[in-house]
Amino acid sequence: MAAGGGELTAPPRPGVRRAVAGALHRRPRLRLSLLLSAPLVWLVVAYLGSLAALFLSAFWTTDPFTSDLVRTWTTANFSDVLTTPVYWHVALRTVGTALGVTLIDVVVAFPIAFYTARVAHPRYRHLLMVAVLTPLWASYLAKAYAWRILLSADGPLDWALKPFGLSGPGYGLPAVVVLLAYLWLPYMILPIHVGLAQLPDGLLEASADLGARSWRTFRSVVLPLVLPSVAAGSVFTFSLSLGDYIAVQIVGGKTELIGNVVYANITLNLPLAAALGTVPVAVIVLYLLAVRRTGTPGTL
Amino acid sequence: MRLTHTIAATAALAALALTTACGGSSGSGSVGSDGKLHPPKMTALKALGQREGAVDLIAWAGYVEDGSDDPKVDWVHPFEKQTGCKVNVKVAATSDDMVSLMKSGQYDAVSASGDASLRLIASGDAAPVNTGLVPNYKDVFDGLKLQPWNSVDGVAYGIPHGYGANLLMYRTDKVSPAPTSWGAVFQKDSPYKGRITAYDSPIYLADAALYLMKTQPALGIKNPYALDQKQFDASVDLLKQQNANIGEYWSDYLKEVSAFKSGDSVLGTTWQVIANTAQSEKTPVKAVLPTEGATGWSDTWMLYSKARHPNCAYAWMNWIVSPQVNAQVAEYFGEAPANKLACDHTSSKTFCADYHAGDSAYYKRVWFWTTPIAQCVDGRKDTTCVPYAKWVQAWTTVKG
Repeated sequence: MAAGGGELTAPPRPGVRRAVAGALHRRPRLRLSLLLSAPLVWLVVAYLGSLAALFLSAFWTTDPFTSDLVRTWTTANFSDVLTTPVYWHVALRTVGTALGVTLIDVVVAFPIAFYTARVAHPRYRHLLMVAVLTPLWASYLAKAYAWRILLSADGPLDWALKPFGLSGPGYGLPAVVVLLAYLWLPYMILPIHVGLAQLPDGLLEASADLGARSWRTFRSVVLPLVLPSVAAGSVFTFSLSLGDYIAVQIVGGKTELIGNVVYANITLNLPLAAALGTVPVAVIVLYLLAVRRTGTPGTL
Repeated sequence: MRLTHTIAATAALAALALTTACGGSSGSGSVGSDGKLHPPKMTALKALGQREGAVDLIAWAGYVEDGSDDPKVDWVHPFEKQTGCKVNVKVAATSDDMVSLMKSGQYDAVSASGDASLRLIASGDAAPVNTGLVPNYKDVFDGLKLQPWNSVDGVAYGIPHGYGANLLMYRTDKVSPAPTSWGAVFQKDSPYKGRITAYDSPIYLADAALYLMKTQPALGIKNPYALDQKQFDASVDLLKQQNANIGEYWSDYLKEVSAFKSGDSVLGTTWQVIANTAQSEKTPVKAVLPTEGATGWSDTWMLYSKARHPNCAYAWMNWIVSPQVNAQVAEYFGEAPANKLACDHTSSKTFCADYHAGDSAYYKRVWFWTTPIAQCVDGRKDTTCVPYAKWVQAWTTVKG
């Protein structure tokens, strides 16, 4: 790999090749930077560059009448976002939604992952994982609209609940939480499954030998060891929910989340949308810092 | 450490690139302190040339029909056959969408309503139109020519298309008695709580203002697009109160059709074309013009200033206001045609009378969408009005 260097195009004479190989061998830093330059350029330009552009445009403003961008430096968008109560409500509602989705996914995913990783016959485990992942093959929109039909007034859910004197949640925030929890569930099952599968059998047997019942084993042995996997899954469910703006348009009724407020502003007031867009970025950074304390990055 | 330097340097570079790359909007005009528009200097096309073979349009739903929605409704294919211009259409849901789509530079012409047209003129996105190159323009109702929403200082910026009112639609099997007033959607304790819908655009604030204009004369609203702070706040409060009863807002017309079909919405604002589409899908709905009058639109086909297909766009503008086609569009969408000769070509002989085409007294009851600006458009000089940017912010508050 070192000899290739990524930059030799014409078949080199043996002398040149040896010289380059020798030079690279003597300079490990050069070797490393050649190896990393392509991904680093991608990361910096495509990823951080776009974030920087977003952040910068948040300091511009628009002409109130023509909606043309006006490139004058102003912090008005940020002060708008920070001082307008409605943006706080929307931000809190969004974070609450993301936490709710994550919680539901943990509760639902854990038993499923436990079954697929530890209870099911090893021969069927792969099949079960495929089954867990199949919903990801279907289009997001198809699944979201399926839920729109399901939750519709006098729709299938209302019809099924009617004999019990109940009715479905209809369109609104609960519907958004349910839909998102459904959409992101595989992202939670997968890491927990991996975490549980890696759990040494000996530990569980030791726990049983020492007289612990299953709940005690779960609390004192399984949970602490699998917690980093749960945290890893929660990063997916949390961040995906935080940025979503389509589910809420389809089943959210009149609900406003950060995603669709950004979407509503992005065409005519890009600077304000950009300022709003930094809110989820900040929330996710905080969340990742919190998750880091569980020692997750190693398992992610 | 070195990585952070790289990041900082790249960010600075990106910033520089952005600020220099996007410096092209210096030519745009705006609203002067006298409240007049100062569009950038442009001249209209002097003569038509070779047609380009294609035209890219932004339109309201139902304006550019090629038979895919209803096989009997097709005025695109005959146009393509006659002119050789292939039509590509993007349906926009709101005036704000139209403005932003026009800024993308991908389109040649747009069917702009009055709350978009002046913004497009001011920003330099819309070009003046040489009406002499549009033969059918001579038959357009005089009351639509060179109006404040489609011209500046006697220069035409587009070809009038047609005009109509936003209506109140309801499910005849679920809403009784039949509503006759906008009060049905603004009423505090509505029996239809959670099943009411409203148009999802800041311009909907004018609907609330119109209702207050008729029901609370003390506020002194004379024009729903000229609201001083007190009148504006009252309208916003009314919408916040209405929000409690809203099930969902609509801007995608197909979403409204499906919401009425499923019964998720049973009462709310609509366009005639939506009511027609819902009825054709066997949904029992009816659309009425309430006693307070209504907001409405008067649409204009406008030309993009840097259009790639100007000759095909001119051909389209002439086609869409030709008597036969203007009659077809008007009947399909449910609006009054702009061309007075269109009245002879409608399949219903009473159509123009039903839609009060050319009847300016009737359209005194309809307040055409207009972009609110700080200079009150009702002529008041002693106060300033709330400009559209504030309407946009308030709309977020209403829904939040």
